[in-house]
Amino acid sequence: MNIGTHGGSCSHSCCLRVQNLSVKIGSESILTDVNMHVHCGELVALIGPNGAGKSTLLKAILGQQEYSGVISFSVPGQRNRHAKIGYVPQTPSFDPGDPVTVADLFACCMSKRPAFLGISKAMREKILACLQRVSGEELVDKRVGTLSGGELQRVLLALALEPLPNVLILDEPLSGVDVEGMEALMEMLDDILKTYDLSIVMTTHDFGMLHKYADQVYLIDRGVVCSGTAAEVLDSRSFHQVFHRKGGI
Amino acid sequence: MQLWYRICELLPLELLQWDFMKNALLAILIMTPLLGLTSTMIVTGKMSFFSDALGHSAFTGIAIGCICGIGNPTWVAVAFSVLFALLFSFVRSRSSHTADTLIGVFSSTAVALGIFIATFGGGSFTKYNTYLIGDILSVTPAEIGMLAIVLVAVIVFWVLFSNRMTLTSIHPQLASSRGISTGTVQTIFTTVIAVIVTLAISWVVMLILNSLLVLPGASARNVAKNIKQYHLYSVLFALIAGIAGLVISYYLGASAGASICLVLAVLFAITFCLRKAGR
Repeated sequence: MNIGTHGGSCSHSCCLRVQNLSVKIGSESILTDVNMHVHCGELVALIGPNGAGKSTLLKAILGQQEYSGVISFSVPGQRNRHAKIGYVPQTPSFDPGDPVTVADLFACCMSKRPAFLGISKAMREKILACLQRVSGEELVDKRVGTLSGGELQRVLLALALEPLPNVLILDEPLSGVDVEGMEALMEMLDDILKTYDLSIVMTTHDFGMLHKYADQVYLIDRGVVCSGTAAEVLDSRSFHQVFHRKGGI
Repeated sequence: MQLWYRICELLPLELLQWDFMKNALLAILIMTPLLGLTSTMIVTGKMSFFSDALGHSAFTGIAIGCICGIGNPTWVAVAFSVLFALLFSFVRSRSSHTADTLIGVFSSTAVALGIFIATFGGGSFTKYNTYLIGDILSVTPAEIGMLAIVLVAVIVFWVLFSNRMTLTSIHPQLASSRGISTGTVQTIFTTVIAVIVTLAISWVVMLILNSLLVLPGASARNVAKNIKQYHLYSVLFALIAGIAGLVISYYLGASAGASICLVLAVLFAITFCLRKAGR
């Protein structure tokens, strides 16, 4: 998935910009006038109640949702550069009965050779190298539908990192993952940010992780209600108003 | 065909002394891998009722072809089925109804239209019996040639599109994020099924055709561990059932299509038990 370039000024090496984005489905306004600026090396968390439009915003960035406004990506010094986006979907559900292994899933995404003809030795080596990034080599021959929540998130994360994206998008990566798994996954994302030249945008309901890992937090409720550091957003009046009105988190 | 007849004569099988059995065997050797291959994606994509509905629409196409006075109504049926598949895909992408509801709507409308056209003005229904109780034993060498062309075309399509189809079937959102045009892939695949189903109903009883499109994949799914095994077993099961069903039908004097279907059902039962035992 590629998105276009923009010519705005930004001192950072690369950035993703969302300007005046609005989404309407039928006559209902899902998001209004969203502005967001994500720098390279940053982890940005989108928080908000259910139905606030967080996933819709991600879908718009992914190009899966029609919108008005501008979504752009810039790399100073490089013209016509397009952003590569890696995506880890929300609560990915795979049928446990489907005979599709982790290796098959990677081969379907990465190889031109049809997976039904078998996976070449070279491709298997490449897949193992991808899984190594998330310490998941042992999962290579497991059926995708039989993986636990944490294992599946790691596999999909490894898949999203191949080819290496400019922006990594994760939709509720912590849902369905136990507390230990959450910590491990966030540590992994932190390592990825330090190792590779990319930025991460994720939605979450787990605010406990924000102070430690998020560089920016956007509170979304049909638009951006407030943004800033985790401390600024979580202590804001807007945060309490939004979640109090919606009947808690 | 002469080469095939000579090969058959070398085989010590009584049933191959008849030319129509030689034709039927060759047709089965071509058609069953075709059905086995398609079956994998129909099962993974949860499209078994869709292929059933396509069989019904093909019948309507045949009725339209007959009314228009076209000598071979099969091509009208193919065109109608493709139109039906494209219309279904279009409505599905723009409707909040679930797929099974829309399949019900389209399937019953197609059947009603077919019967209406067939009986319009007091017409007789009996001339359509060939398509309702189609028989593999009636296949001609020219039709076998056409089946072979379809098989080659489907294999080429599979080599080019199967990775994208698999990804679209198991997780459309993930597929879309990898740059796959899921709508296009689904439309092409439904068109391919429409062509296969429509061509096959001349030789397989319409009422059981769908089981031939579902059972090989469903049986393979019971025992396969990966995509390669899934395709291999599905094609193998379809082939075994095709040959065994033809032999059984010859010696017991029953319908070849029904015999093939029953052998597939037995294979499903066996693989189901193996799956249970393997847990």
